[in-house]
Parts: sequence; structure tokens; C-alpha cells
Amino acid sequence: MPLGIFFLISLVKVVLTLAVLLTLVAYVQLAERRIVARIQRRVGPTRVGPSGFLQPAADTFKFILKEDITPTEAHPFLYVLAPVISVVLALTALSVVPIGGTFHLFGYPIQFQVTDINVGLLFVLGVTSLGVYGIVLAGWSSNSKYSFLGSLRGGSQMVSYELALGLALIGPIMLAGSLDLRQIVNAQNHIWYIVPEFVAFCIYLTAAFAETNRIPFDLPEAEGELGAGYHTEYSSMKFAMFFLAEYVNMITVSCIATIVFLGGWHGPMFGPALLRVFLPVIWFALKVAFFLFLYIWVRGTLPRFRYDQLMGFGWKFLVPLALANIVVTGAVLSFH
Amino acid sequence: MHPALFFIFGAIAVAGAVNLLVQRTPIFSALSLVAVMGALAVLYLLLGAEFIAFVQVLVYAGAIMVLFVFVIMLLNAQQPESSHRSRVARLVGIPVVVLLFMEVAGVFAATYSTTPVGFSGRIITVQAIGDALFHQYLLPFEVTSVLFLVGIIGAVMLAARQEPPQPPEGRLPRAQAAGHGGSGPTPEMAAALRQPARALGGVGASDAEPHAAGTEVKPR
Repeated sequence: MPLGIFFLISLVKVVLTLAVLLTLVAYVQLAERRIVARIQRRVGPTRVGPSGFLQPAADTFKFILKEDITPTEAHPFLYVLAPVISVVLALTALSVVPIGGTFHLFGYPIQFQVTDINVGLLFVLGVTSLGVYGIVLAGWSSNSKYSFLGSLRGGSQMVSYELALGLALIGPIMLAGSLDLRQIVNAQNHIWYIVPEFVAFCIYLTAAFAETNRIPFDLPEAEGELGAGYHTEYSSMKFAMFFLAEYVNMITVSCIATIVFLGGWHGPMFGPALLRVFLPVIWFALKVAFFLFLYIWVRGTLPRFRYDQLMGFGWKFLVPLALANIVVTGAVLSFH
Repeated sequence: MHPALFFIFGAIAVAGAVNLLVQRTPIFSALSLVAVMGALAVLYLLLGAEFIAFVQVLVYAGAIMVLFVFVIMLLNAQQPESSHRSRVARLVGIPVVVLLFMEVAGVFAATYSTTPVGFSGRIITVQAIGDALFHQYLLPFEVTSVLFLVGIIGAVMLAARQEPPQPPEGRLPRAQAAGHGGSGPTPEMAAALRQPARALGGVGASDAEPHAAGTEVKPR
């Protein structure tokens, strides 16, 4: 493939991914407000557009029009850098996620993926592990007690649960024999890994909720105790960037869960050739939507953990369980 | 395209390393080290060692440096004056650095060649690395892990000694546990909470009086 064509295809993919992603974040957030409202016997936002359909646009304008405040005691450089780190890393992680097979356009093979690297899973883990800097720097540079406490909680929580998250993924990696996200999906032709690796799936899901700072593990931004946690002092678009990063991270861990445990884009195939190109993407989207709904459902249902319970649960239960799961997987694999 | 990328990220790595030494605020030194790690990872990528590159990011930038940043934020918070240029470092350090650079330059001059370097298919895949670790180098690998285990146990012993005796079950609610993996807030933490960024000389480091008006951060 000539270099020019390669750059053109990559550019189109990046722009498309960003456009789809930002729209998705906006509507996941609308869905969250509507579903949580339904769970709590409220109505939710219904006024902007037909049944609240234009609410995300209104929210975006509100974010842009809000006054952008920098606290006088804040550290000027790090205060601006922190939300940028969060957003950039969140978006970067998604660049290696494949959402469908390969199709040919004008003779060139095109993948439903921005870029394909053969240690994709490691890339996602590495980039998301850097996300903790955004939170820690935000809390510290704001120069406020609540922000600092929130960022400390967030930092130690993310470092702790990253361990369980990574260990939970090792079982499926052993079964697939690869770190390449495409090969992991293709290895699940016969059986989705949620069946042989159900324990790992549960560990991953729990750790993923903690990694993305969502209820029941949203200690870093516990409103009742900390104002809003690490982003207490942020306003306008800087706050919106943290918001965006949180939802993109939710989508990323949902995509990884789909790829590693639910067989990625595998699903019943039927219909004409054109449909066969896009059907895998639809299956993938449905599976990711299931995880996003789970996030919202849990948010509307469960109360928050206490901080020492959170750390104890991660280190004393999830990590040993994940290690045991690796040993069992290895034993079964070697006896087969 | 590769040579350009090499020079860009090599320059970032060198600039980060120099900034690490020049900065007087510890937090910026730590962040420059993160930048160096990131640039190094890209250089590994350019050599074709993807596994090493992302493990570098995951372990060094994502885990170890986070601990560094944590420790700097919590422990150093009481010293507004962060670092003094020591005379010993200037008198001994600079000649030693010059000597080391000359030695490195000599080695490079002796082995200079224009053939591009790379891992050239040796240890680049995860399978190859796993094979090498668990067949060829199994004993060193296991000895290293025992060493790490000893280190972990030692750290836990040291940390546990300073704590007041806890009830054996450890199930009682510890209400004041905050961000410290279960132990209560130390005086250093309390000081850090009073004035996080300011105490490290980030903002208004020249402000010598800790109780000057406006130093105390008030919740808004």
C-alpha cells in the first residue's frame, strides 16, 4: 500500500472514530440520565428535542459557555495539563481496539480498527495505566483538600485494581496464546471465553468498574464526602474533558471485555455481502451496549463502598482469586 | 520516516533527562522522568521491540513513577525549599560526568558503524521472551522473584512496625483511613492536605511563612 493511501485511510479512520466516539459519549450520558431516572421513578431530561434527544447538544453548549475558572492558588501549568493528559490517554487507548473484520475497498484491505499492533492488549493496559497521572495531578495542582483527597484515593485505587484487571486478563491470553486483540477474537470461534474463564470475567468486570471510578467504586469523586473529588475545582471545558475521559474509559473497558470474553464481533452471519461486512460491527456494538447498560444499571442500584473495604477487597480477595485462576487455567491447559 | 522519529523522541528523552537534573521542584523532576520513560518506550518501538516498549510504559511510567509522584506529594510537603545545589556535587560530579562521557564517546568511536540496529528477529515476540525466561533463564528468573518476595516482605515488616497494634481480625472500621492503604493519616499527610501544591514550591515558593494570610486553602 502506498504511503499516501495509508495516511489517507488512517486519517479517515481517526476522524470517523473520534466523531462516532464523541457522539456515543454524549448519548451514553443521556441514556444514563434517562435510565437512572427510570430506576428512581423519575422522568429525567425530556425537554430538549423529542424526548430529550437534543439534551447532549444543550449540555455541550452549556459547558462551552460556562466561565473557565482557574483558582488563584492552583498551579497554573499542571492544572491545565491534567485534563489534557486524561483525555488524550483515554482516546489513545481506543485506537488499537478492533470492532470488526476486514473488508476490501478499491482493492485495499481495510480493517475496522485505527491501527493493528501485535501486542494490542498490552498497549491498552499500558496507556490506561498512565491515566492515573491525570487524576493525581488534577487533585494536587488544584491546591484544595477535597481535590487532593480525591486524587489520592483515585491514584491508589487505580494502581491497586490495575493489578487485578491485568491478572484477570492473563487466563484468556493463555487460552488464546496471543496478545493480539484480533487473534484473541479469532481464537473464540468455537466458544466464547466467558464460559471457560467465568471467574476471570467476574474479576475483570469488578476491577474495570474500579478502574473507571464508577459506582460502587467511585470513592475518588464521592460527592457526599469530597465535593466532587479530584475535579472539584474544575469548570467549563476543563471539567468536560474529565467527564469525556471517564466515559471514553468506560467504553474502552467495555470493548476489551467484549473482545476478550464475549467473542468480539462473532455472531450469526446472514444476508447479502454488504450486510456481512457490517453485521460483525453491529454484533460488537450490541455487546458493548450491554456492558454500558450494566454500568448504568449498577450505578442506579448499588451503594458506595467504604474506602478500607475497597482496598481490602482488591488486595485480599480479587488479586489472590485472579492468581488462583491463572494457576488453574495453566494446569488445565497443560493436562489437555 | 524512522530516522526523523528517532531524532524527535531521542531529543525528548535527552531534554527530559536534562530537565530532571535542572528542575528544583521534585514533582517536575519526577514528571520529566516519566517523559524520559515514554520517549524510551517509543525508541524501543522503533527498534521493533513492541513487548519491551509497552512493558516499559506499564511498569515504569504507569506503576513505579506513580509511586514516586505519590511519595513526593505526601512526604516532601513540609519543605518549601526543595533542593540546594550541593558543593560536593559540583566539585566531584562534573569531572566524573566529563570522564564518563569521554569513555562512552570512546566506546562509540571504536564501534561506530552505519548499519541500522534492531532486534532483527531475535527476541521480539512475546512467545520468544517467554521461552527464554522459562527455559533458558529459569533459575535466574526464579532467584529474582525470590529476591522480590524478600523485598516485599521486608517492606511490609517495616511499614507494620510503625503502626499501633491492630485487632487481629482487622475487621473493625477504620474511619480515618484515607488514601494510605489502611493506616491513618501521618503528620506529613496532614501537612500535605493543608497545602498541597504550595508546600512543594509549585506556587509562591518564596512565601517563607507557612501561616501567612491566604496560605491556608479554604474549601469553596
